Amino acid sequence: MIPGPLDLALGAAFVLLNAGLSAMLGLGLARTMLVAACRLVVQLTLVGLTLRTVFGLGAPGPVVGVVAVMALAAAYEIGARQERPLRGPWRYALGGFVTAGATVIAVAVGLAALRPLPWWDPHALIPLAGIVLGSVMSGVAIGLNGFTGAVQRERAGIEARLALGATRDEALAPLTRSAIRAGLIPVLNQMAAAGLITLPGMMTGQILAGQDPQGAAASQILILFLLAGASGLGVTGAVLAASRRLTDARHRLRLDRLA
Amino acid sequence: MLRIESLRRGRFGPFDLALAPGEACAVVGPSGAGKSVFLRMVADLDPSEGRVSLDGIDREAVPAPLWRRRVTYLAAEAGWWAESVAGHFSADAPSRLGPEREALRLPPEVFGWPVARLSTGERQRLALLRALSGGPRVLLLDEPTASLDPDSVRGAEAVIEARRAAGLIVVLVSHDPAQVARLASRRLAVADGQAIPSATIPSATIPSG
Repeated sequence: MIPGPLDLALGAAFVLLNAGLSAMLGLGLARTMLVAACRLVVQLTLVGLTLRTVFGLGAPGPVVGVVAVMALAAAYEIGARQERPLRGPWRYALGGFVTAGATVIAVAVGLAALRPLPWWDPHALIPLAGIVLGSVMSGVAIGLNGFTGAVQRERAGIEARLALGATRDEALAPLTRSAIRAGLIPVLNQMAAAGLITLPGMMTGQILAGQDPQGAAASQILILFLLAGASGLGVTGAVLAASRRLTDARHRLRLDRLA
Repeated sequence: MLRIESLRRGRFGPFDLALAPGEACAVVGPSGAGKSVFLRMVADLDPSEGRVSLDGIDREAVPAPLWRRRVTYLAAEAGWWAESVAGHFSADAPSRLGPEREALRLPPEVFGWPVARLSTGERQRLALLRALSGGPRVLLLDEPTASLDPDSVRGAEAVIEARRAAGLIVVLVSHDPAQVARLASRRLAVADGQAIPSATIPSATIPSG
């Protein structure tokens, strides 16, 4: 049941239809969509080739190296998704570090549960790190983007509170809370909808590849727990770190630190 | 005693000023001269260099939130963060601030109103009441009556004047020479980010008081 080039072309026609629709409605998304689709083809093909090589090497170094490259890509994507990013290296560093940290913790928990031998077995480590990174990345990107946008919009209200003697945490609390909530909605939806509305990607893959559905369900449950935990840590950590970065020790609002 | 020494930030300043309790100083000058920046620096809302102290205590020696409760800045267009007016005041404020609310020509029900339905003038008067509710020692007012009708202006000035008589230090940015004459005994003229010696200010724009 592995799709050949013609089968993929059929799928591609579907994306083209979507791009045509976007062009007709003037959404301005047609170009972005086509570029994203082309990137997807190139990226996944290269990843397949690279992973085959790494799997064949049988050493932990290259496996960890692949995970590190994935984390760097996640840091870049988070920075690139920001409408009003932090100035300077913080744009990529803040989201990247928090995402990497949350992923390391979640992957450690996952490895402790799955106990692959050796621990760095690429068949476990790479897909585990990848799925966690992807989930934390999208949560952190949404949380940070929502937070910086809200701080800018609510500037007058925040400064009014600060001027009356509120601490930076008091003045920003409503904004941090709603940004964290927004960042966690995707993973919460994913957990609640899993099975009923959507078959999660990994489970779909395993079932398509011929695995027993019950075993696939068990690993999917573990994965979703890891995703939820990692997203919670990542989104909370990133938004709180951004709230520190956008204020200073004298409890001033520092919008000059946004690009 | 509020003492400001060599206060500066970028192209603004240095500013020097000393005010005793009950003194009111007007900051005057053209738009964009740096009057608001000066007030924000005193409140420590913008990073700045130089010394500011209240009763001999440097602002660096106290946590910034405490400093701002004592030295409170009221922006020209003050911000709001809760849906209802009451959300911006402490629970005991409505009873404590009754006489001043009345002087500002605001009805007792005002605390139950949603902020979104306030007029510009109501917002400005409520923002003044809100700034007074914390009992500041120094009030930094940025055009506090700019969008008020004449009756409300008189009410706001009476409220400010009563607090000043009770020892409040007032620093006031105003474009109305008559208001400056009514409220302030001292003045600081600002142009292009610099304090300018009062002798060079034409008396037509700055009436002596």
